Amino acid sequence: MIYFDNVSKSYPDGTVALNGVTLSVKQGEFVSIVGHSGAGKTTLVKLLLGEDSATDGSVSFDSVDIQKVKAHDMPELRRRIGIIFQDFRLLPNKTAYENVAFAMEVAGKTEEEIASDVPHVLELVDLSQKMWNFPRQLSGGELQRVAIARAIVNHPDLIIADEPTGNLDPINTYEIVQILKKINDMGTTVILTTHNKGVVEALGKRVITMDHGKIIRDDSTGKYAL
Amino acid sequence: MLWTTIKRIIKAGFVSFWRNGSVSLSAVFVMIVALFMIASTLIITAFLGTALKDLQDKIDINIYVDAKATESAIMDLKKQLETLPEVKTVEYISRERALDEFRSRHENDHRITQALDEIGDNPLPATLTVKAREPSQYEGISNFLLNKSELSAGSAISIVSKVNYNDNKAAIERLSKLIVGVKKLGGIITAVMVGISILITFNTIRLAIFIARDEIGVMRLVGGSKEYIRGPFVVEGILYGLVASFLTLILFYPITYWLKNTTQVFYGGVDLLHYFVANFVQIFLIIVSSGIALGAVSSYLAVRKYLTSK
Repeated sequence: MIYFDNVSKSYPDGTVALNGVTLSVKQGEFVSIVGHSGAGKTTLVKLLLGEDSATDGSVSFDSVDIQKVKAHDMPELRRRIGIIFQDFRLLPNKTAYENVAFAMEVAGKTEEEIASDVPHVLELVDLSQKMWNFPRQLSGGELQRVAIARAIVNHPDLIIADEPTGNLDPINTYEIVQILKKINDMGTTVILTTHNKGVVEALGKRVITMDHGKIIRDDSTGKYAL
Repeated sequence: MLWTTIKRIIKAGFVSFWRNGSVSLSAVFVMIVALFMIASTLIITAFLGTALKDLQDKIDINIYVDAKATESAIMDLKKQLETLPEVKTVEYISRERALDEFRSRHENDHRITQALDEIGDNPLPATLTVKAREPSQYEGISNFLLNKSELSAGSAISIVSKVNYNDNKAAIERLSKLIVGVKKLGGIITAVMVGISILITFNTIRLAIFIARDEIGVMRLVGGSKEYIRGPFVVEGILYGLVASFLTLILFYPITYWLKNTTQVFYGGVDLLHYFVANFVQIFLIIVSSGIALGAVSSYLAVRKYLTSK
């Protein structure tokens, strides 16, 4: 489903973020990418989202070379990927409901679909009570659950969670990971970047370890090896 | 689908305008200043134009006809004058009419009416009032009158007793220059003001959108198309313009009312308030459409900056 073919990324100032990374992820997998800050995890995610382009090599998603996708077709591709960030990145002037609904609106869903799906998804992340709250009225864990609801509402093929638990306490971290696991159990591919040892070990799924822009380990039921 | 999208974009624009209250308020205030500058220079230039045109209409050459001249001789002279290309109109005022007008003008002045009654006879000459197309052409007409011996005062065959152009010459020339000067200056001031206003508005809206740049990034990552992201910002810009132009128009009423007396002293009949009320529809359309255009174009350009990457 996802294929990184000998991908390198360096910046004009000489920093090398990725160095000859080759990696494939199959449909329905749950892959954790671990590594210190600056190991290249976020760069990997950015290339996958088309936010940045590789200096060398190619990144493909469902056999489509992401770097060759035209700007005009990019939104279409992104609607097939749900994304969750460490800093939540919700729209501050929209309620929880509207934040989730926005993802459906851009995908061209009808009002009826939105009215039926949004409350359902918010219920799934246990936020029915706070549907009409603005982001500033929600706690960190709640914000991340809204972000997850937004990421899954369009039934994407892939969920990318970039350090989703970085700003959360252990209880919220546990909840978020359980939700991600549930999503994966329903058949959605999940890519999780983290440097939380507990999270990785509790999952017991495939772990890719990165260091200085290179993959140094790839274990099918791996452990946090740094 | 397109209709649903348009509806969503408009709704999002309104909601964002309302929820970003303080940003909207400051953008509206800046736009009021900008529109006020545009409107006041436009109105003042147009008003001065009208007022000066009124004055221009008051310039004329009066040819006082000798009392002995026959009606047909006067009509001949009138026809001759009308053939000149510079001449717009020639009006004949008979002695009787001149007297009637003089009387009605001074009906409250008993000394004058008494004096007239005492004379018994009509002391006023018949006049031909000549109006030129342009103020600068009076000189030419006056020269024409001087060079024609049968027309010039004092000649044996002349029926003309006096031409009053020379009396008013200095005033007329000064006024012609003033009209041209004011029109030029007005044009330059308007152009500069419009330029400044556009810059101020554009920068304010750019700041407002700069605040929302992270949101734009999020919208893109969630899969929003450029048009769908840009739409609500443009709607918001249009709303800034609409609200600001209505407030500007409301503000103009008391200001022109307050200036009414000052402007009336200078220009007799027409005053600023009267001008504002009489041309309200036109002024309304200019202000509202420039407000909308300013807001929409500024937003469009400001968002574009954050939509250039993939």
